[in-house]
Amino acid sequence: MSTDFNPRRLVQVGAERVSNVSSTDFPGHYPGEDHSWNLQEFRRDLRVEIQRLSNRSIEFDLVGVDASIANAFRRIMIAEVPTICIELVYIWNNTSVIADEVLSHRLGLVPLNVDPALMQFKANLDSATDHNTIVFELDITCTRNPGAPKASENPDELYINHEVLSGHLRWKPAGDQLTVFEGLPAPGPTNPNIVLAKLRPGQSVRMELHAIKGVGKDHAKFSPVATASYRLLPHIKIKKSIPPSLSEKFQKCFSPGVVKIDSRTGSASVDENNVRKDSVSREVLRHPEFVDSVELSRVRDYFLFNVESEGAYTPERLLPEALKVMREKISIIKNATQALKAQIEGTGSGDVDMVDT
Amino acid sequence: MAAESVPKIKLLEGASADLSAATFQIHDESHTMGNALRWMLMKNVPHPSENVINVRIQMYDNISSFDALISALDNLDHLCESIEDAYLESLRAGRFERWEEQH
Repeated sequence: MSTDFNPRRLVQVGAERVSNVSSTDFPGHYPGEDHSWNLQEFRRDLRVEIQRLSNRSIEFDLVGVDASIANAFRRIMIAEVPTICIELVYIWNNTSVIADEVLSHRLGLVPLNVDPALMQFKANLDSATDHNTIVFELDITCTRNPGAPKASENPDELYINHEVLSGHLRWKPAGDQLTVFEGLPAPGPTNPNIVLAKLRPGQSVRMELHAIKGVGKDHAKFSPVATASYRLLPHIKIKKSIPPSLSEKFQKCFSPGVVKIDSRTGSASVDENNVRKDSVSREVLRHPEFVDSVELSRVRDYFLFNVESEGAYTPERLLPEALKVMREKISIIKNATQALKAQIEGTGSGDVDMVDT
Repeated sequence: MAAESVPKIKLLEGASADLSAATFQIHDESHTMGNALRWMLMKNVPHPSENVINVRIQMYDNISSFDALISALDNLDHLCESIEDAYLESLRAGRFERWEEQH
């Protein structure tokens, strides 16, 4: 890994300020330099590297793009990559202590395991079909447990069905859904142990639930991610070597693993493989003996993404889905722009049809 | 999603006759698209330009702002494609740490 970055790529981190925050790679900014869009150069400098992948989350580096691009992907992953959630609740009976609307809201928030690619968006409220709606049934009544030990105060022993759990949702396949979901886990919650309501003997809940495809900008329940965030790669430059007697104090100014101390010479240096672990707390700048020895910064076009999936998508699918959404948006706007251009050119450019704000 | 009766893109009042300067209003889009598009437009528009939620493009030499917008959209698409390629390549190569997370 190279230690030196072009100073133009660095955002300086001072004790009480950050400077050089904005990118400057625009045409006309530097005399005699061309910074107009160049796909070949972009592809040459672009780096996308997955660092860590688990069943629930992914960490990857996106290097060589502007913050506006990285931010667009982050925002799309949160708000515009679709998932399936319960949206309509038909209540036949609810004698629990939870009010209908509160219970309905809680049901909406239950993450479902349905792959959104298998479903279509529902055009309007009255057009439910087997391609855009998944139906669940919830029918549960609490009763006394006749076999409960005497003098027990444990509701698990005293009652049967004293909790309405997400695992109680029963999928009601409609149309060709049995074929569509063949070989896949049956549609249901990703976690069967979410308590939705508590019941006592004689109380019951009976309802039909319709799950549809939606996006996080409509309601946060549709967001496919628990978090989708990025930070910039920290960069630490030691300008003046640290006296070995102060090495340990210097090391403690940074997150664990960031500064290593040579066991033979006792000299402190930055571990380039671990700089990303630094929190950039700026603690080092509080000590007068270190202020002139070190330069803190972040690399402006080096994004360290961390994305946690809620379960509808495997974590490695989230960025490709965000890219797909972005490219669909681009395509729609481009077609609309071309149509508007053709329409205006057709009427003659002197007579432009403009709209009031 | 609601039926698309509103036009996706509109030309707002105040565009110059030769369309070298115009404000576009893109329906049902936010900063997600706005800032990415602004950045890509800045890469090719010499100067000056400003951004609001309505995308305003001012061109030199009577060049059409429509063409600037269309080429920025094209470039943005190529950018996305490149990132997708690089990401899928990294995923395919598999040189990353794998671990198991508890719910």
